[in-house]
Formats: sequence, C-alpha cells, structure tokens
Amino acid sequence: MNMSIPMESVIALLPEMIVATFGCLVLLFDLVLPRGRKSPLAWFSLAGVALAAYATWRLSSQTISVFADTFQVDPYSNFFKLVFYVIVVLTVLMSRAYMQQDRIHIGEFYHFVLLVLLGMMVMVSATDLMTVYMGLELVSICLYVMAALKRYDSRSTEAGLKYFILGSFSSAVLLYGMSLVYGVTGTTNLAAIGAFLSQGETNSAATVGLILMVVGLAFKVAAAPFHMWAPDVYEGSPTPITAFMSVGPKAAAFAVTLRVLLEAFGGMKSDWEAILIVLAVLTMAVGAVLALVQTSIKRMLAYSSVGHAGYALIGVVVGDSLGTFAVMYYLAVYAVMNLGAFGVLIMLRSAGLKGEELDDYKGLSRTHPWAALFMLIFMFSLAGIPPTAGFIAKLYIFMSAVNAGHIYLAVAGALLAAVSAFYYIRVIVMMYMKEPEAQQELTLTTGLKVALVFSMLFVLILGVYPEPLANYAQLSILQF
Amino acid sequence: MMEAMFIYLATVCVVCAVLTVTLRQPVYNVLSLLTLFFHVAGLYVLLNAEFLAVVQIIVYAGAILVLYLFVLMLLNVRTQSRHLHRQWPFAVLILGAVGAMLVGALHSGVWGSASGESTAAAIHEIGDTQAIGLRLYTDYLLPFEVASLVLLVAMIGAIVLTKKSLIDDHIDQIKE
Repeated sequence: MNMSIPMESVIALLPEMIVATFGCLVLLFDLVLPRGRKSPLAWFSLAGVALAAYATWRLSSQTISVFADTFQVDPYSNFFKLVFYVIVVLTVLMSRAYMQQDRIHIGEFYHFVLLVLLGMMVMVSATDLMTVYMGLELVSICLYVMAALKRYDSRSTEAGLKYFILGSFSSAVLLYGMSLVYGVTGTTNLAAIGAFLSQGETNSAATVGLILMVVGLAFKVAAAPFHMWAPDVYEGSPTPITAFMSVGPKAAAFAVTLRVLLEAFGGMKSDWEAILIVLAVLTMAVGAVLALVQTSIKRMLAYSSVGHAGYALIGVVVGDSLGTFAVMYYLAVYAVMNLGAFGVLIMLRSAGLKGEELDDYKGLSRTHPWAALFMLIFMFSLAGIPPTAGFIAKLYIFMSAVNAGHIYLAVAGALLAAVSAFYYIRVIVMMYMKEPEAQQELTLTTGLKVALVFSMLFVLILGVYPEPLANYAQLSILQF
Repeated sequence: MMEAMFIYLATVCVVCAVLTVTLRQPVYNVLSLLTLFFHVAGLYVLLNAEFLAVVQIIVYAGAILVLYLFVLMLLNVRTQSRHLHRQWPFAVLILGAVGAMLVGALHSGVWGSASGESTAAAIHEIGDTQAIGLRLYTDYLLPFEVASLVLLVAMIGAIVLTKKSLIDDHIDQIKE
C-alpha cells in the first residue's frame, strides 16, 4: 500500500499549512513573552499571513483537486482567500490598542484569529460536505471564545454564550440537512451530489435536506429571520472582534453557500431560489428598519451588517456568472468598508469613553476633523452613495438582478437602500452639525492609522476606478 | 423482530429526549440523557454499525456524561423555580407542525441505494471498524485533520475562558 501523500496535495494545501503552523507557533512564542508585551505576536501573525498570501498568489490561476476531491484550489477559492488575508491583516493592525485598553491583549487572541482564517480557507476550498462542515465548526468555535473574551464584562459573556447556543443549534440543523442529502444521494461530494440530483425527478427528501441546509447557512450569514443572535453578539463582543466576525466569517459563509447551491443543488434552483428571494427581501428590510431606532452605533452597525447580507443574497438568488461576480465584488468591498467604520469606533475608544453611542459622535468634526472625515467616507460607502466603492458594489448587484429578470428585487433593494441611507447620514449629521459635548481623546496607533488609510483609499479608488478588482473577480468566478 | 426493536428504541429515545429538557432536577436531566445515549447506541447496532455503537457508549455515555454527573454533584446546582419558557405551548405547536411536515416529506421521499466502495457486502467482509478506518484515513483525511484543530481550539478556548490569572478581571469601570 502506498502511504505517501502526493506532492500535489502538499502544494495545494501550502497556504493552509502555513497558517496552521503559524497559528500553533504563536502559542509557543507567547510563552517567552512577558505579560502585557504581546505586540511581537501581531507582527509574527502578519508574517504568517504574508507567507500564506504569497503561496496563494502563486497558486492563484490553477485548479487542483486533492484529498479524494474533498478540497479544491481554484481561482474562486483563491479570490476569497486573498480577501480573508486582507481582513485578517486589517483586524490585527486595528486591534492592539483596544485589546490593551481592555486588558485582553493575550497571545491566544492571535492564535484564534489565525485559526479562524484557516477555517475560512478550508470552507471556501471545500468541495465535500464533510470539509465544509469541519471548516465551519473551526471558525465557529474560535468565534464563540473570541466573543466572550472580555469575561469580566457580562455583555461579552452573554454574547459568547448566546452565539454558542444558537451557533450549535444552526450547525445541528445544517448537519441534519447534510445527512438527509447524503441519504438520498449516497455521497457527500458536491459535484457527485449535483450530478445525482440533476438527473432525477423531484424528490421531497432531497428538498427537505436542501431547506435545512439553507436554514443552517442563513443562520451563519445572519439572514433574517435567522438574524436574532447577530445584534446582541455584535454589540457584546470586543469591537475589533465584532469587526472581524461581521465581515470574515460572513464572507466565508456566503462563498460556501454559493458553491453548495450552484454545484450541488444547481438542478434544484427553482426550489432554493424561492426561499432565498424571501430571505433576501426580509433581510434587507430588517437591516434597514431596525437600524433606524438604535442609539448605539455598534448595534446600528450590527443591523447594517444584517442588511448588507440581504444585498449579497440578491446576487446568490441570481446565481448566474454575473450574480456570482456581483456577490464576490460586494463581499470584498463590504469587508473593507465595514472594517474601516469599526476602525473609527476603535479610534474613539479611550480610557474615559466607550465611543459606542451615537451621542459620542456629536461635533466630532470640530474636535477631530480627520476622524470625522474618515467616518464620513465609510458611512457614504456603506450607504452606497457615489463616488465610493459601496455604490459600485450595490450597482453590480442590482444590475445582475435586472439582467436575470428579477427587477422587483432590484427595486426593493434600491428602496431599502434609500431607507438605510437615513441612519448612515444621521451619524454624519451628528458629527458635522451638532456641537461637541465633551473633549474626546483619540486612541491612535500606527497600525490603526495604516489600516484606516488603506481602507479609505480602497473605498475611494475603487469608487471611481473599479476595474482592477472587478476584472480579478470576473476571472475568479465559479467554473462548473 | 427488527421492527419491534426499532420501535422500542426509537420510542425510548424520543421520551428520554423530552425528559432531558423538561425534568426539574439537573441530575435527572443527565440521567435521562444517559438513557437516550444507550438507546441511540442500540439504533446503531440495528444498522450494523457496531463500531459507532461502542464509541457512543464509551465516549458519550462513559466519559462525557459521567463527567457531567460529577460536575453537577460537586457544584450542587440550584434548580430554577420556572424552568420552562412561558411561551412553550407555542413552541410545541410550531415544533409539532414542522415535525409533521418533515415526517410527511421524508416518508414520500426516494432514498438512494448504497453507492461507493463501502457497500454492505464489503463492510460485512472486513468489519465496519476497518471500513470506517479506511475511509477516515484515506478519502476523509483532510476533514479528519481539521477536526484535530477544532479540538485544539476548543481546548485553548476553555483555558482562556476559565484560567484565573490569564485575564485581569478587575478592570476599572469605564463609562457605560
């Protein structure tokens, strides 16, 4: 019996192996650093991500399927992996000051960040339900702990516990759906499931499996009516972790949803299309309407992130190459602009102030014009106002919907985007048209500055010149 | 005979599962969960999956639940006066409706016949322990390795959330 692992598998898995190695080395490195001086770990983690990014970049145009077709490196997965690297780098750069202020700057934080990254990479490369599930669990378990990291704070522990219970529940629903699909098709391989389902006539057992899987995945992307956990978890978690989990795992869950629905359930599109249309409209409506009444900006951004999942779902409903492209572009842009907005929140956080209430932003343009300007740009982009990248991203989503004949979806999306623009603009009104109440101190680190300037340039440059990212996304859409 | 066995096992499973979440005393909850796990193991035996049945008893019933019992006895958990949510009739109603729909849909569904290399005959020949091992360490090697990392983060996570000196719990109160 030949027991060696072929070289091809090692090469295809190289980025994942680098991230896993650095994730575990962080724990060892942590031991030699004195308490309270964990900053070298941030640079160490960034070095790991840079190495992995180089490996992914070298693989970027290839399609390699390894480990008995449970794992596939292809342009689609590599696009998402590069987005994840950017997310992780920005998160690590932004988080140090906050973690130190709240005395949770421990080495394990970087371990969890890197292992979430690994889980997301496994998810987007998975071509087998087993691999999908393991990647998803790796991400989820790390996030449960990260949400509860401020364990002296009752809201943080509540967030962790709530996330754990509802996350386990949704995983169970997803797993039940997978087991039914396996029972019908006799395989867990996505392509084999797709081949089996496209030849047979309608089978109610397969439909039930599909519905349960969609519900499980909808929980993970926080789509309404399965969004109930999101506001509490996002509000209670430490801000850099909220920023991280509102973009990274969400993008990974979308990538998996697209691949599973298109590759395994392409033959049952009429079934999942109907479910997702309802989910998309409901999600956009919940995100737009409930965010209006929030007084905490962190909670408002949580609802806004629910709403953004709704726009991305439109692209999933469309499901053709234009729809896939629109989702990929939307998720990449959303990730950077949302991280930017959270970066401003982190910057406002100082010893005496949380910087999480809307009132904290009164008169920010007087006291800190630069911080206000950054927030203005990110709010414009989240609202989808030109000339920002958020506008182009929404435009692509609506174009794909119109192109596929879902004009009502585009109309509903545009109307709800107008509603949601109100609460983004309210933040700007607070900053520019109200008198400052108290002198605020900014917390600024070099890492935070770099992350904010990068996000701002990304949002502005892609707002007027979207071709580079658009072309790259177009080259990376799912081939099947 | 097989059918009677299945009906017995399945009925006890459902009853125990309901008792697990409705009984008042935490120790009773754990004990009904234990009974549930034993009967699930019985279902595995009926399906010719002896290995899974043994693992179910050794790992879940033997290790995990006994640990639960110890913790419960040592901590002396206080029982809550109201342990059911006041909206539980609605929950039962919705659950019943969804359950009926599920059963109906699954009953009328077409189930696949065995496919792949590990057919019933092949498993009968080499035994299901070897069959599972073969699949796990060849085709499903990657998910298996990822599972080891899942266990690692679960372990580290438990340490991070419970170890006393790791995070300074006495923080100056910041503005709410």
